[in-house]
Amino acid sequence: MSENIVELSNLEVNFKIRQGFVNEYIKRDKKTVRAVDKINLNIGRGEIVSLVGESGSGKTTTGRAILQLTPTTCGDILFDGQEIKTKDKQYMKKFRERAQMIFQDPYQSLNPRFTVFEIVTEPLILTNKKASIAEKEMLAIEALEFAGLKPAIEYLYRYPHELSGGQRQRVSIATCFIMAPEFIVADEPVSMLDASVRADILKLFVNMKEQKGTSFLFITHDLALAWLISNRIAIMYLGKIMECGPADIIAGGCMHPYSQALTSVLAMVGEKRKTERIVLKDETPSPLFIPSGCRFHPRCPVARPECKEKEPEYREISPGHFIHCHYPQKII
Amino acid sequence: MEMTDNLKKLKDREKELKRQKLKNNLKLFFSNKRAVFGVVILAFFIFMAVIGPLLYDYDHFLYFLGPRVGFPTEEYKLGFDELGRDVLGAVIYGTRASLAIGIFVTLIIVFVGATFGIAAGYFGGLFDIVIMRITEAFSIIPTIPLILTLSAIIGQNFSNIILILGLTGWPSTARLVRSQTLSIKQRNYVERAKAIGAGDIYIMMKHILPNVFPLIFSNIILLVQNAIITESTLAFLGVGDPTIPTWGQLLRSAREQGAISTGSWWLFIPAGICLVLLASSFVFIGYGFDEINNPKLRRR
Amino acid sequence: MSDKLLEVQDLKTYFTITKGVVKAVDGVSFYVNKGESIGLVGESGCGKTTTALSVTKLLPNEGYIDSGKIIFDGKDITNLGDKELSNFRWKEVSMIFQGAMNALNPVKRVCDQIVEAILLHEDVTKKEAMERVKELFELVELDTNLMFSFPHEFSGGMRQRAIIAMALACNPKLIIGDEPTTALDVMVQAQILDLINDLRKKLHMSMIMITHDLSIITETCDRIAVMYAGKIVEMGNTQEVVENCFHPYTEKLINAFPNIYQERKMVDSIPGDPPDLYNPPKGCRFAPRCHKKIGDICDSVEPTLIDYSGKEHFVACHLRRNS
Repeated sequence: MSENIVELSNLEVNFKIRQGFVNEYIKRDKKTVRAVDKINLNIGRGEIVSLVGESGSGKTTTGRAILQLTPTTCGDILFDGQEIKTKDKQYMKKFRERAQMIFQDPYQSLNPRFTVFEIVTEPLILTNKKASIAEKEMLAIEALEFAGLKPAIEYLYRYPHELSGGQRQRVSIATCFIMAPEFIVADEPVSMLDASVRADILKLFVNMKEQKGTSFLFITHDLALAWLISNRIAIMYLGKIMECGPADIIAGGCMHPYSQALTSVLAMVGEKRKTERIVLKDETPSPLFIPSGCRFHPRCPVARPECKEKEPEYREISPGHFIHCHYPQKII
Repeated sequence: MEMTDNLKKLKDREKELKRQKLKNNLKLFFSNKRAVFGVVILAFFIFMAVIGPLLYDYDHFLYFLGPRVGFPTEEYKLGFDELGRDVLGAVIYGTRASLAIGIFVTLIIVFVGATFGIAAGYFGGLFDIVIMRITEAFSIIPTIPLILTLSAIIGQNFSNIILILGLTGWPSTARLVRSQTLSIKQRNYVERAKAIGAGDIYIMMKHILPNVFPLIFSNIILLVQNAIITESTLAFLGVGDPTIPTWGQLLRSAREQGAISTGSWWLFIPAGICLVLLASSFVFIGYGFDEINNPKLRRR
Repeated sequence: MSDKLLEVQDLKTYFTITKGVVKAVDGVSFYVNKGESIGLVGESGCGKTTTALSVTKLLPNEGYIDSGKIIFDGKDITNLGDKELSNFRWKEVSMIFQGAMNALNPVKRVCDQIVEAILLHEDVTKKEAMERVKELFELVELDTNLMFSFPHEFSGGMRQRAIIAMALACNPKLIIGDEPTTALDVMVQAQILDLINDLRKKLHMSMIMITHDLSIITETCDRIAVMYAGKIVEMGNTQEVVENCFHPYTEKLINAFPNIYQERKMVDSIPGDPPDLYNPPKGCRFAPRCHKKIGDICDSVEPTLIDYSGKEHFVACHLRRNS
């Protein structure tokens, strides 16, 4: 039993771009998208780590790579201290029981032709857990009740189109819960739900963490939500982790210019801003054309000449607080 | 146990709801007058195919029952063809050929087309490339000449015709199914199944196939109709099993005997009307299914 | 001369479905002054988009205005005919739709699409329209050299700016934005909101901002109207409503947004689901989920929007009536 459930070292995930026949075979001009560009991250047992970033940052790809839904190009992923043996069928079967995923779109993540019962008990069928229908029903009811669908019996034989978005997400969570996994990747699980239902879903994650010791990789673009439930937050930009540390420090005392920009534009409802907003110019560049040196330098408000030449190292500036920057400083 | 009682009640309730839904769909279907018309006509032809031979005797090899291309008489209401055979009998028994072609050819097309389509869409890679090239080849080559060639090679008996029509018909269905598979493959619930550890066969059978099925189903109507008409076309062109009476054969006789100019209406009018009616009945039935599937068409 | 640019009086917009009528908007009244912005906030199904579509007369076939009045710049536009409508749309009122980034035709150049919008409403030559497009691009801070690009060459934020440029093409007096920043990155959202604020000041435009995200409204709107189940439950000056909210739903909604300057505790959620608008409940529509329900009166009598404090802060709640 290792201390960390997931360890990523120098993880790289590249995608090849399909180009025309001439370019690809004759000119040999292979363009690759470096979606995840050498990141290091540890997720401890019973810990919720958030991966925060905008589109193109590589956060979703990271989550999917850990679960082997996307092939990795380079680097190591250790699960429970062991390398993930993708070729070993027995190992993979076990792995799939222990590590699962919750998707963003509640409307697409449930098969419209399955009843809730069939959806929730599908993992049981796939792992060949010999159980009678009655036993399966009991387990399904337990899972649905945990996910907050009460009385569970009412929902067991309904179809997804009869449920609201929030209820569908709960069904997804129940499907995870029934296997009691040790690690869950939650990819923007509440961004398509109304604000008033989000808290309930997030509470379920915290409950799972506390009751079952499940670890989470919570992927989101909403820094404020990440701060609410995480132990640690990692902020990604264009495939690299810019800053990673305890949630309170990232929210209140982050040192990377990008993190500070993100926290400064968080809109507060009913609260006067405590700081000026740093609204960065332009948009995140395409991952096909990653800037030289520190990839953030074109938009960085305090960039120096060195930032264009040399890529910074990912170093620890205080216990548990890592940063990818030449000159971390408080801008505001 | 109280809980299992409750569960039983719920399961029953869900079954009841399903029954209700079926009843509703039937109501919708029959609310469309065209669909009712189609069903009535199809039922009539099925009756003719099944019960007809029991009520009316016909021997395809009984030549010279009457004069060549003879006028209709009291006993033989639709006259005689160029070999003196009873035309009414041929029309009744010909229904069986058309319906059989419709059913079996469609079965082949759907089975082969769906399997290859799902496999091509799901696995991609070399398999997909090969299947796609095959479908493209079939769509470029004109169908009728191809079928004529194949039948010259393999032989023209009835089962061979069915086989040929089936084997030349599956590519377009495969294409359709493949594109639908490609879109379903992206859906999150397929990914989730993979993340839980489902194998490829499981995913294809339990997740992709049920969601592709509605598309296949609405395509079936067209396939049946197409098969029937194609068979008649072939018979008209002289290709087909001479030992089995079909409407196409009658139409061919009509052309060879110059029936229009000589006014021998019994050779082409009954067979022609049957053909048109049977083919149209499927189109009308399709309207009925449209009512069910397309709620936006429903009148307010 | 009234200051009010748009006045909606007791608007009722219904939709016909096979089993009956859905009362999507059931008695909504509000106004927008000249040069002012109001935010319509509420969750999915509350009727905010339908209200906007009713004002611009872009309701789908099943929708119709059952009763109520819409008065724009002194003129009653509730029952305008098609010909007058084409003068009204885009010239007086224009709209930025949800998912606007996908509203651009992928096979036409961006400038051509904006020119098309201009030529449909103004009597100018194509050359003059192109000049106008150049002006608009500068207004929305887009590089004018990119005028002749296709939409897929633009990023998400740039497409949104192009859509805003299109909406401004005919200098409308009122612009309605239906979730204009929902699908954008946080940083781009901040940029777009800044842009909208600047434009409003420069062009003296009124604006209706429709969103489910309260934080956007506090950044851009002078006034706010909170909608629930087809009705407005609270309305007033944004600062005033947010600091001194009356209605229990508003209170819960505000508390559903995390605040990183405060202590870290879980945000609020509201149990249950919004009511079915095909068969809305009698009495207050929020009563089944309300944590401050006072009794039977909430279930039986519908509260009306009343200004209790005299500061133009309207609330529809029985609770306030008693205090």
